[in-house]
Amino acid sequence: MLEKFHLFPEQASTVAPRVDALFYFLIAVSVFFVLLIAGLILYFMVKYRRRRPDERGSALHGSLALEVVWTAIPFAIALVAFFWGASIYAALQRPPDDALEVHVVGKQWMWKMQHMEGRREINTLHVPVHQPIKLTMTSEDVIHSFYVPAFRIKQDVLPGRYTSAWFEATQPGEYHLFCTEYCGTLHSGMIGKVIAMDQAAFGAWLGGTEGDATVPVAEAGERIFADLGCPSCHRPDALARGPSLDGLAGREVRLADGAAVVADDDYLRESILYPRAKVVAGYEPLMPLYQGLISEEQVLQLVRYIKSLAPEPDREGAGELRPRSAR
Amino acid sequence: MDIVERRPDYLNADYGVRSWLLTTDHKRIALLYLVSITVMFVIGGLFAAAIRLELLTPRGDVVQADTYNKLFTMHGIVMIFFFLIPSIPAVLGNFLLPMMIGARDLAFPRLNLLSWYVYLVGALFTLWAMITGGVDTGWTFYTPYSTAAATTKVIPTAVGVFITGFSSILTGLNFIVTVHTMRAPGLTWFRLPLFVWAHYAMSLIAILGTPVLTITIALVGLERLLHLGIFDPALGGDPLLFQHLFWFYSHPAVYIMILPAMGVISEVVTCFSRKRIFGYAFIASSSLLIAFLGFLVWGHHMYVSGQSMYAGLVFSFLSFAVAMPSAVKVFNWTATLYKGSIAWDSPMLYALGFIGLFTLGGLTGIYLAALGLDVHVHDTYFVVAHFHYIMVGGAIMGYLGGLHFWWPKITGRMYPEGLAKVAGIIVFLGFNLTFFPQFILGYLGMPRRYHVYPDEFQVLNVLSTAGTSILGFGYLLPLLYLTWSLRYGPKAAANPWGAAGLEWQTPSPPPTENFSETPRVIHEAYDYEHEITIRPQEGVEVPVG
Repeated sequence: MLEKFHLFPEQASTVAPRVDALFYFLIAVSVFFVLLIAGLILYFMVKYRRRRPDERGSALHGSLALEVVWTAIPFAIALVAFFWGASIYAALQRPPDDALEVHVVGKQWMWKMQHMEGRREINTLHVPVHQPIKLTMTSEDVIHSFYVPAFRIKQDVLPGRYTSAWFEATQPGEYHLFCTEYCGTLHSGMIGKVIAMDQAAFGAWLGGTEGDATVPVAEAGERIFADLGCPSCHRPDALARGPSLDGLAGREVRLADGAAVVADDDYLRESILYPRAKVVAGYEPLMPLYQGLISEEQVLQLVRYIKSLAPEPDREGAGELRPRSAR
Repeated sequence: MDIVERRPDYLNADYGVRSWLLTTDHKRIALLYLVSITVMFVIGGLFAAAIRLELLTPRGDVVQADTYNKLFTMHGIVMIFFFLIPSIPAVLGNFLLPMMIGARDLAFPRLNLLSWYVYLVGALFTLWAMITGGVDTGWTFYTPYSTAAATTKVIPTAVGVFITGFSSILTGLNFIVTVHTMRAPGLTWFRLPLFVWAHYAMSLIAILGTPVLTITIALVGLERLLHLGIFDPALGGDPLLFQHLFWFYSHPAVYIMILPAMGVISEVVTCFSRKRIFGYAFIASSSLLIAFLGFLVWGHHMYVSGQSMYAGLVFSFLSFAVAMPSAVKVFNWTATLYKGSIAWDSPMLYALGFIGLFTLGGLTGIYLAALGLDVHVHDTYFVVAHFHYIMVGGAIMGYLGGLHFWWPKITGRMYPEGLAKVAGIIVFLGFNLTFFPQFILGYLGMPRRYHVYPDEFQVLNVLSTAGTSILGFGYLLPLLYLTWSLRYGPKAAANPWGAAGLEWQTPSPPPTENFSETPRVIHEAYDYEHEITIRPQEGVEVPVG
């Protein structure tokens, strides 16, 4: 029991030292105020202890100056902590552009990871150090939460949409992965490991096969795209009944009701599973629902495939997605 | 000042079960609540003991996973809805509010009795749900787990909580109308005891916030029953909608739990310093400010939920803001001690313990308000430690301190003071041993609601469980000696502490009508300079009018 006893978690990511620095600052603030208040209380209790049963206290009962001071100083400290915390949080929301993507699907009570090159893992995630990793995550059932204490990252994983988190591991090692949103019977069993490796070792690991054939995710997505009959409508010629998907990912889309949305991962997922939710302007709501016909992993593979489709060379500039008839 | 002959008081005014179960006397209703919430506290405490027993070892060797999940759920539901939220308002508030303003009862005495019956029905319903299988969703009932996946008694429990919410709303309504319409002549708003201000602010939260919980819990039940698709994405719903609705009430709910305790502290600190409270207007207005700001911060429970980053920024800023009025209170209470005449009686020890523990607990709220830091500690034992510091180290110590302070008034008996001091110290030490290690566990990364855990967390868990046994013993002592005092305690004078306040101008225990004549108030609150005449041999007299 005692050999493994720690008082503080290790720092294994680029953001961990930033989080810990804010933590230490707040500990210093807390120690100061707790000692101040406890010290004053104990001191006053003793110094002003009632000496006679009929003794009463002084008439002093207010000071505007003090009220201002002891409101202003805590508020100033609070502002520092607010901006500091907000800055770390903003960094946590913005993965670097060169982040490697990993798909994570949580379900009662396991984590399924999918590397883009093809390897899959359950409850374990191998990553290279000194390389930002972006997790695109969804749940098959209830809300879970992906938490790696050593990295100081956490993100709830929801059914019906994607959430994402990113980190950059700084030292090789094995780190706890915990589900940290109560999800039923084996919530405390929905744990695993993140294994950070130096880049060479990771490359070797990634190229290896274990069990399943390791088809790159975008390729798997392309196969599903074909198998499900998608090219019959999403095609480059005049027989197309659906918008072109080339270069769609990340672009703004104008919908039939006039609204404009960005074609992010959530949009792509929703458009596959519930196509009537957002119909593109100039197209009929003809697309069948794929909800119930494909798994969340397959949707992620399709999304990855669609993101790999570069815009056609003859369409200049990004522009909006327009129906064939308007060209 | 021994009372030689029996005079009529509210306890002996009438006898028999019917005179208690059909009473409309606010003082008797307070005692009805005292008994019921004590029973619920024991039940909630037994759940806690079972949890901590299981967590002595990293393996699941005391109960099965499903049982454990029910234990922490039911511990939370019982303690929050059936103990903490009613505790001070329903016991001390009911008893004292009319007396503190010179009134004979609350504005709606029969509604007051109804509040208790509603509470009782809700409690019995929930207990029945627990006995016939229990619920395992966490007290937070997150969807879609609670609406689609849980196979336990979600709907019966939801009905129990739904019903009990009305008790809180009715009490809040009663208090607000009472304070507005029934103050004695001369008792202006800024002469009100701070206990009254605190309960007024709490009542505003109760009547504005509780209906949202009521509706939300009804929607959970309806979705579970009718598969409506409000919260379940598989049916087209949004699980985050539940979280927004739930926390919209449940965050202000924590202020329902703490504001009355702060009211107690104000009363106790000023009495045992025998000095006017420092910064009266600031403490009074801070209660209102906490109530207002408390409604604007709910999203700090949702920083990693998938809520927008911009919402997170707004909620974080407001969460820092809501901490400020509480800090102002702590400083004012401490300043009250300066140049006071300080007695070390047990109510004061509880109050001072509150100030220390609330300061520590409240400061850890700052850690949680800070966005980037909360990402790491959210849903870990850090949060568990934070709220137990406030709710147990704060609210329960406030409740015990208040119970001791007004015990002579309520029962006409004194309790054994030496034993009370010892019990208070045991509670303080046991509490810290139980919950301080949990801050460390949380930062290490131990998640909440974990039935089993990695080996390296065991040492701190053992310390925490050890603390629980000491804390439990500390709570057992007042249960025993306060009960003992009912029969064997020395009879209490009208004002054994030499306190200011209209409630101390009545005999202990008071007659049913509280005051034979409506008092006139001519002094400021806690005006120890002028209001109290102290004669050491004969106790204390407070001139009226």
